[in-house]
Amino acid sequence: MTPLLSVRNLKVGFGATEAVRELSFDVPKGATLALVGESGSGKSATALSILRLIEREGGRIAGGTITLHEEGGPVDITALDERQLRGLRGNRISMVFQEPMTSLNPVLTVGNQVAEVFIRHRSMSGRQALLAARDALDSVRIPEPQRRLSQYPHELSGGLRQRVMIAMALACRPKLLIADEPTTALDVTTQAEILSLIRDLQAEIGMAVLFITHDMGVVAEIADRIVVLRQGRKVEEGAVADVFGAPKHAYSQQLMAATPKLGSGSPAAPSGASKLLDVRDLTTRFAVRSGFLAGRRSIEAVRGVSLSLGRAETLGLVGESGCGKSTLARSILCLIEPSSGAILLDGQDVMRADRQGLRAMRRHAQMIFQDPYASLNPRLPVHDLVTEPARIHGVVSARDQRDLAAELLQSVGLQQDAVDLYPHQFSGGQRQRLCIARALSVKPKLIVADEPVSALDVSIARQVTDLMLELQQREGISFLFISHDIAVIERVSHRIAVMHRGEIVETGPSQSVLRDPRHAYTRRLLASVPRHDVSGRRAALEPLPAKAVPAGPANGAGLREAAPGHFVRENAA
Amino acid sequence: MLRHITRTLFKMVVTLFVIVTLVFFATRLSGDPIDYVVGQGITQEDRDLLTRYYGLDASIWEQYVRFLGSFIDGQFGLSFVERRPVAEIVAERIWPSLQLLLSGVSLTILVAVPLGILAAIHRSNWIGSTVMTIAFVGYAVPNFVLAIFMVLVFAFTLNWLPVVGNSTPWHFIMPTITLAGALIAALTRFTRNAMLDVLSQDFMRTARAKGLSEAVVILKHGFSNASITILSVLGLQIAGLAAAGNVVVEAIFAWPGIGDLLVNAAILRDFPVLQFAVLAVAFAVIIVNGLIDIAYAYADPRIRLGRA
Repeated sequence: MTPLLSVRNLKVGFGATEAVRELSFDVPKGATLALVGESGSGKSATALSILRLIEREGGRIAGGTITLHEEGGPVDITALDERQLRGLRGNRISMVFQEPMTSLNPVLTVGNQVAEVFIRHRSMSGRQALLAARDALDSVRIPEPQRRLSQYPHELSGGLRQRVMIAMALACRPKLLIADEPTTALDVTTQAEILSLIRDLQAEIGMAVLFITHDMGVVAEIADRIVVLRQGRKVEEGAVADVFGAPKHAYSQQLMAATPKLGSGSPAAPSGASKLLDVRDLTTRFAVRSGFLAGRRSIEAVRGVSLSLGRAETLGLVGESGCGKSTLARSILCLIEPSSGAILLDGQDVMRADRQGLRAMRRHAQMIFQDPYASLNPRLPVHDLVTEPARIHGVVSARDQRDLAAELLQSVGLQQDAVDLYPHQFSGGQRQRLCIARALSVKPKLIVADEPVSALDVSIARQVTDLMLELQQREGISFLFISHDIAVIERVSHRIAVMHRGEIVETGPSQSVLRDPRHAYTRRLLASVPRHDVSGRRAALEPLPAKAVPAGPANGAGLREAAPGHFVRENAA
Repeated sequence: MLRHITRTLFKMVVTLFVIVTLVFFATRLSGDPIDYVVGQGITQEDRDLLTRYYGLDASIWEQYVRFLGSFIDGQFGLSFVERRPVAEIVAERIWPSLQLLLSGVSLTILVAVPLGILAAIHRSNWIGSTVMTIAFVGYAVPNFVLAIFMVLVFAFTLNWLPVVGNSTPWHFIMPTITLAGALIAALTRFTRNAMLDVLSQDFMRTARAKGLSEAVVILKHGFSNASITILSVLGLQIAGLAAAGNVVVEAIFAWPGIGDLLVNAAILRDFPVLQFAVLAVAFAVIIVNGLIDIAYAYADPRIRLGRA
């Protein structure tokens, strides 16, 4: 049987660099092919080449053919002119992008943006197109489609926006849908919903899907075949079951091993650790304006949270976007002023500390942020950057600064002679190492790491978390490790706290929480995580009813001990 | 939206009050107007009489209160020079100024926006660089130089266009071009930058992936976003034009507008007229800014509907 799309010897260049080299693969009719690779592997360049959008991004197809086999005979996409391409795009081949927040036009209504596809490709009148748009929104299971037509993208959540993107892409029932990391920017529960939606619609329409991702878990979830890319070259291709069962190429094996898998164990708890951090009943409120004359009202981003952290222990704080985990982290370090509660660091009350006391406290508690590109000042050389906290706290003299910098670089696995370089000369993973080195410069007792590996490729992320574990063992540092990715949390944490709507709903030793989740939300979170198991694909998630988690008492009470050290919020299902 | 408008209106009122006060005190610092009204060499008696007649003998605070009071009767006091109600004098001048402003701004938008879009689309080839070079030169030429050059060529040498006044449509050509000249240059550059920002956005790629034609992609998806930033700058430019640009152009072409009035009133120290003319300009600036503010909110649904 002829495939729907054949790519042969594709070469794509950006200026002098080759992004894709001699790539060949087929997308069978009605099936899903996953194109897998880390950043720089050329997977997005390949996707954009198929729609010939690559020229717009500054790239160029330097060779090869891309053939679409249609009823009327094969068409070589690389040879089409601009007018023919426009008839192809959004009609026979369409595309969904990674970032639902920026992929929709902010000043046009959702209805307008969906309808224009019908106007363009189906020659409908404006009125007909709007009706068709409503049906399209309905078919991607968007509630209240009629009302959405007149809404603007900023009024919708990320998951709904991605549904709008899918509705737009599928409006003309394309033969091929290219999905470029469509769920990477979404929460896991939303990701699970979008994946099952794509699967259902694929069955409905009978289209083929080219799914681009870096996440092996998602591949196992959705793909029939897989092509593994590395630096623009195909390193392995095969049926998903074969590649997952026995990856042949070393890089595929490495990629699989680096991908965090739920259920692969957690580090053993440090024995007899004394308490370093004790947070009791912490609440942080933000004032928000609610409308003209309505005055201000406050939102509790963190509600009655109590948690503790031992010396040389890692507490993993997991939760989805907007659950208040970053606010909690910043409140603990008093970067945001908490409204009430108590924070004891090493026995000292941080919230009652004066400016001097707070400064002293900050020497013992450092923070690492998510984006290693934005959190390093591009104009400072490395030796200034990594020793800055030490200089602020007067721990190092100007003379010893370079020596300290070299020492710190060595401890995070970078070359000592890199002290005179600038941040832009490092890769993302190396920059995150610099951030860690900077935190280490004052020999802190606690490091709060807010999504420290979320912006990194899996294999790099693995190296960074390994470094953190190693530092913990060597220096006895405690980590509060925040992530939305429960598999990463499992790998680094002795204990886990699950956060939902500003509250800790469940907390306990990692394996106890993950193997025996007691709270409905924890269960749902765990069920959403893609399994690395090709055989048994799970059914669609049951949606969590909107009011499944009634607000508990704000005093942080209501946690019940379910197993030794394992606490669950009382209202658990 | 309603809240946005009320807030804008409130800001306008406060700004106007501050300007009224500033103008009042600034004019009092500029010297004794009696010298200019009657000239030198009058008796001290006559001088005192006149000072009383114009109310200049009262304390400065009393004059300030009386000045604020003059807003209530709608006459704004009498001109020292013409002895007519100031409101009447200024009213005659508003329409010619407004006509000139409108034609200048219209020309600016009609020329600069398409040029800027063109320069953005062709940013890496000769079309883009030609447009930007012309814009750069236009930006560098002061408007009075441009005006004098045009007067020399088109009025004195070729004898094609009239120079003084505003009686026929022909009279509009040179003042309008003078007024628009530097503005076109600035707005072209700005439109180009605003469009370049938008062209690299993710949603532009989405629009192309839908198979839309390049015109729809650029104008509907691109310009609709760029227009928000262009509007904000246009507001400031029009305001600047109303305040300063008009003064120069009206003086050169003897255009019977507010700018011309302002210059004469300043020379003659005709305080009531000067105060009110400055006020009228300030009022125009504020109104335009307020309108732009509201238009801005209308163009951007994120402001109109509030953030989700």
